[in-house]
Amino acid sequence: MTSLTLVRRIRARPSIVFDALTTPDGIAQWWGPDAGPVLLAETDVRIGGRFRVRFRMLDGTEHESTGEYLEVVESKRLVMSWQWTSGGEPEEDGEESRIEIDLKSTDTGTEITFTHARLRTEASRVSHERGWAGALEKLGRLFSTERIA
Amino acid sequence: MTPEAPVGIVHHMVNYLERQLDRTFAALMDGTRRAILARLECEDSATVSELAKPFAIKLPAVMKHLDVLYDAGLISRSKAGRVVTVRIRPEPMREAMAWLRRYERFWSKSLDRLAAYAESKEAEARKKRR
Repeated sequence: MTSLTLVRRIRARPSIVFDALTTPDGIAQWWGPDAGPVLLAETDVRIGGRFRVRFRMLDGTEHESTGEYLEVVESKRLVMSWQWTSGGEPEEDGEESRIEIDLKSTDTGTEITFTHARLRTEASRVSHERGWAGALEKLGRLFSTERIA
Repeated sequence: MTPEAPVGIVHHMVNYLERQLDRTFAALMDGTRRAILARLECEDSATVSELAKPFAIKLPAVMKHLDVLYDAGLISRSKAGRVVTVRIRPEPMREAMAWLRRYERFWSKSLDRLAAYAESKEAEARKKRR
């Protein structure tokens, strides 16, 4: 299974980042790959509770995903299942993947480690082994992108 | 009215792309095959026996790896006399990367906006405290 990990430093305390991740008002401000609007955001932040988010991209396409909160540790950790219910990747059709978010308090705010795991296409070992050149290396980097901002 | 592609054809294309991605990733799961690709990337082309040299495995084993890479469309082979020359074919890799990149872009852009939003909330919270 393929996973993608991103690491960022945010100049805000973990409780603020956690709220941004879990409240409908917060989600409406950032969810989605471009400046298109979030059309709907519902969250029930407790283990077994569900979320649903629908957004429109600038190209006019609408996408919706839903899932269940599997782990909730206030201001520290959030794990949820993830499924595209419309407009997702065809390869992921109906498949459940997993989002894991860890927040670490730092001097300047929060370090967030964001992982989208269990993406259907098989390639995990590719991500863990290193030492290959060019395009292969680039492919590997995509599985574990660290961008400290 | 604009003519639309029949649903069956679209579905077939999606399935085809999926199978291609599965083959690409499966081919990349093996360290020897990645080493072969990495070398072909630097050297443009190589013969089968040249490729086999650095490995402690026999020629038939190398040939098997080359078959997997060939079936996944990751290499091309051409024969001149008894010499088989192998070249890298970048297209399937590009597709696999494009697939992952869409996810990377999705979350990367989202996290940029999350950071900007959280930082503005932090600034607000500090102002209030003063």
